[in-house]
Amino acid sequence: MTFSPQLEARFEKLLTSYPPGRQRSAMIPMLMYAQDELGCVSDELIDEVARRIGVTPLQVNEVLTYYSMLHRKPLGKYHVQVCTNISCLLYDGDKLYEHACKKLGITHKEVTADGQFSIEEVECMGACSWAPAIQINYDFHHYVTPEKLDQLLDGLRKKQ
Amino acid sequence: MLFNEPHPLETRVLTRRFGKPDTAAIEGYLADDGYQGFLKAAKMTPEQIIEQVKISNLRGRGGAGFPTGMKWSFVPRTSPKPKYIVVNGDESEPGTCKDRVLIENDPHQLIEGVLIAGLAVDAHAGYVYIRGEYRYLIDVMDKAIAEAYAKGWLGKNIQGTGFDFDLYTHTGAGAYECGEESALLESLEGKRGIPRIRPPFPAVAGAFQCPTILNNVETFCAVPYILREGGQAFADLGIPKAGGTKMTCLTGHVNRPGVYELKLGFPVKQMIEEVGGGMRNGKKLKAFIPGGSSCPVLTASELEGANMDYDSMAARKTMLGSGGVIIMDEDTCMVKAALRIMRFYAHESCGWCIPCREGTTWLKKILTRFHEGQGTRTDINLIGDIAKNMLGRTFCPLGDAAAMPTISIVEKFRDEFEDHLNGKPCAYEPAGVVTV
Repeated sequence: MTFSPQLEARFEKLLTSYPPGRQRSAMIPMLMYAQDELGCVSDELIDEVARRIGVTPLQVNEVLTYYSMLHRKPLGKYHVQVCTNISCLLYDGDKLYEHACKKLGITHKEVTADGQFSIEEVECMGACSWAPAIQINYDFHHYVTPEKLDQLLDGLRKKQ
Repeated sequence: MLFNEPHPLETRVLTRRFGKPDTAAIEGYLADDGYQGFLKAAKMTPEQIIEQVKISNLRGRGGAGFPTGMKWSFVPRTSPKPKYIVVNGDESEPGTCKDRVLIENDPHQLIEGVLIAGLAVDAHAGYVYIRGEYRYLIDVMDKAIAEAYAKGWLGKNIQGTGFDFDLYTHTGAGAYECGEESALLESLEGKRGIPRIRPPFPAVAGAFQCPTILNNVETFCAVPYILREGGQAFADLGIPKAGGTKMTCLTGHVNRPGVYELKLGFPVKQMIEEVGGGMRNGKKLKAFIPGGSSCPVLTASELEGANMDYDSMAARKTMLGSGGVIIMDEDTCMVKAALRIMRFYAHESCGWCIPCREGTTWLKKILTRFHEGQGTRTDINLIGDIAKNMLGRTFCPLGDAAAMPTISIVEKFRDEFEDHLNGKPCAYEPAGVVTV
């Protein structure tokens, strides 16, 4: 499998970041950074990471299923993550999530037909003092109102 | 840069540089006495460093509140194995967003704290484990680490002290459980984040089965001040048995939510009224969670005379926890709050221990039923019974974390559960919208 030079450089650094014989430690960061580039964790990627860190593909698979941010299927180009946990809930994060679902016409972990948006109701993302909060891919947005959410999504739609 | 307007009642020790231009850059840090604590420590013996941390009365800021100096003293320094420093930046306790602010605004303070810990136990490598959602902070941290290498504050023979230290970032991938120290170590080793049985504790067999200091971001960030100004100066900021300040995240129904650095022992009432600007829309306070959603809730009357410190909260049968304060006003449905908290723990239970895996799932089901108006009177007791049967019966504290708030909510707000009986819709959501 070939990756971008940036990702290759990152892999190289990861493989030397842990004590000798402990390259398995690089597994989760490698999957995360590769997923950012490829969109999801494919069978091919599992095989490749397994080969590079010296474990079996099964061992990679059993680890990755544990982590909620590692995805086996492609997400939308813009993955909208709405927090509805307690601090956001107190600022109507649940209603914001419902609004986002209606706006995009999809629900939890679904992707729009054009592949542009996906949505996920997520657990606490560490933005509790600036609630309600969402993340679009890795970008945080704080104090999100339904109107602000509409603007954000419309802006992204135009950007395509 | 993410930080709120400072409040005059804050004691800015860890946040002393916040608000200055480009606080994350090494030049500014060095200009503000940065790395001076490390240079002082480099001239001391490991025993002297640990002694200063003991004198400071610094207690772990991740939630458990264990005395940091004591934790460091458990590491067998003379062990032939390499030692490691691991930073817990997996901040995931609902209501908590302080480590994020500390890393974003002053990453070099964290690096300096790690270096001092390295000197204290003769460690030469460290890992900053940051939750996957905080990807931009990994970039901030990687940049700071690169700067520190370039300026000779990491790497070989740091500033001519003869001390070598390498520091790496390590991303998580979405798992609350990995904030628990032994699960974090499993995750760092490329495994599922499942807790380890203890003993041995990480001090003896931590990362890669080697002696390890594992502390929260905020704990490490307090260390440079302790070495620079002396342990006593830090201790004097707080109260007996708990030194220094606590990064406090005010969340929920106050006028000015935000992250504030307050002296330990800060009065709760003053925190809400003055720092937080009082209750939003002049409403009454119904429930108060002092340090993340795993802490038992307190009612307004229980807050009389309460202070933000370990003992004051323990006296009220709750915990200071992570500093994630959650404030709920009179319009909050406590059944809904209990359900949302339980949904979180059911989602995050790693499944290793049956009481936690099954308990959280069953409680989620019962609480959902309740919120939909289908609960029965016997269910009210059943909730408490299941939760109590989870307490202390799991490898890690996630089971307790799910049980404790639930037990307290059912005990203290039983009337609200009764109000939901017999198909009655939730009084706080007349439209009957059940979304959680």
